[in-house]
Amino acid sequence: MPEALLEVRDIDAFYGDFQALFGLSLTLQPGQTAAIVGANGAGKSTLLKSIVGLMHPRRGEILFDGLPIADTPAFDTARRGIALVPEGRRLFPSLTVEENLILGGQSCRTGPWTIERVYHLFPALAERRHVPAPALSGGQQQMAAIGRALMSNPRLLLIDEVSLGLAPIVVREIYANLPAIVAEGLSLIIVEQDIVQALKSADHIYCLQEGRIAIHGPTNELSRESISAAYFGV
Amino acid sequence: MTEWINVITQGVLIGGLYAMFAAGLSLIFGVMRLVNIAHGDLIVFAAYLSLLATQTFGVDPLTSLLLVVPAMALIGYALQRGLLNWTLGEDLLPPLLVTFGLSIIIQNGLLEFFTADSRKLQAGSIEILTLQITEGVWIGYLPMIQFVMSVVVIAGLQILFYRTGLGRAFRATSDDQSVAQLMGLDTRHVFAMAMALSLAVIAVAGVFLAVRANFDPAIGPARLIFGFEAVIIGGLGSMWGTLAGGIILGVSQAVGAHLDPGWQLLAGHIVFLAILAVRPQGLFPKVSG
Repeated sequence: MPEALLEVRDIDAFYGDFQALFGLSLTLQPGQTAAIVGANGAGKSTLLKSIVGLMHPRRGEILFDGLPIADTPAFDTARRGIALVPEGRRLFPSLTVEENLILGGQSCRTGPWTIERVYHLFPALAERRHVPAPALSGGQQQMAAIGRALMSNPRLLLIDEVSLGLAPIVVREIYANLPAIVAEGLSLIIVEQDIVQALKSADHIYCLQEGRIAIHGPTNELSRESISAAYFGV
Repeated sequence: MTEWINVITQGVLIGGLYAMFAAGLSLIFGVMRLVNIAHGDLIVFAAYLSLLATQTFGVDPLTSLLLVVPAMALIGYALQRGLLNWTLGEDLLPPLLVTFGLSIIIQNGLLEFFTADSRKLQAGSIEILTLQITEGVWIGYLPMIQFVMSVVVIAGLQILFYRTGLGRAFRATSDDQSVAQLMGLDTRHVFAMAMALSLAVIAVAGVFLAVRANFDPAIGPARLIFGFEAVIIGGLGSMWGTLAGGIILGVSQAVGAHLDPGWQLLAGHIVFLAILAVRPQGLFPKVSG
């Protein structure tokens, strides 16, 4: 078995006294795409924040490329090659689209992604490169946020709530671009509310429920019904 | 008539100095939402550093800027990394309290070391050189240099903010700290760079303040007030607005002082309050993008 790119081992995460994750574990191989599904408050975003270093688990280990990163601050995990597209996009509103992308490349990691390649992937952004980020439509903002994350040439890309608040047609367009992104050899974790979409685009699914993994497995071994059952906890 | 032209000109020139007080304050608040109560005392501290430099190395005050500006920038970086970064968080109160304490420490430290005697930096013959604009209107070289310097500082900050990578990092961090971190920006370093820049601006302001008039360890808080007023008159987040705010404050004080010497500070405060009442967002607030 090849060495895992990311290994989350038995982590507990808290917001103050409130425990959000309970002994959660997850493994991701290089080049793999995993989808995390679960209801609101199941701990999906908390898991991503813990991986990227915006939160630090109180217990357990996170290994990236074999090195412990559970206590590493976010700017450092970014430099090591983990990029997060946060929930709600969160582009920098006082920066233009292009400045947002340039800032994504701040960590100076080299690789296939440049500003030209991002514009090639998302032509709509090229046309609007000099407008302030909030002037973009929701879908374009999501593209810009993904482009900004790619600019750091990550080895692991995390996308939180890919389709939240977007029209179905825009969601399809974004998903259509994911294979081109993964083809560059990076690993991907997406958080998705839509089980059908998750089954279609991922190799492996983790279903979270109240801070624990209710069910997980390769997408071809899990049925939609079993995931639904775990999702709703019935 | 020429009398009033003189008054307003002098007000504009001193306004440049107030704009420099304000620019550093506005920069820090903009980037990290920190209200630096010790700002005025740091201005006075820079003046004393310049005094030390002139006495130790025999250089004139303007040349001492070459030493004082980098020294203050270094102090700013260290102060932010070593102390102020630890006070930042959801709550605005801890940085307020800590910088308030810092203000008291600086004042008393200066008092202990330099005594309460009034000092002034001597710039030599340049202090009395003047330029005649028209019949009856004269402008001193020194106030003019100081005003040009303020415009250069403000323009420099504007360019830095909107044309450089550091400025981009400042704006991004100001927008969203945690996402800035996701981009690989160490916000502790970004904050420290902002404080270094703020204190570098303070250094210029402090030296010109000290060449212009007497100073002693206790005058810091009043400079802080002038800085605050200029920021608020101009509108937060706008560098050119800050310059305008400084000039409005300077002219108000000059006009007040001309009407009655006792009205100088009062006139400035009244104009500030009037603007705050009519336009609480300031005259030139940053257009939200």
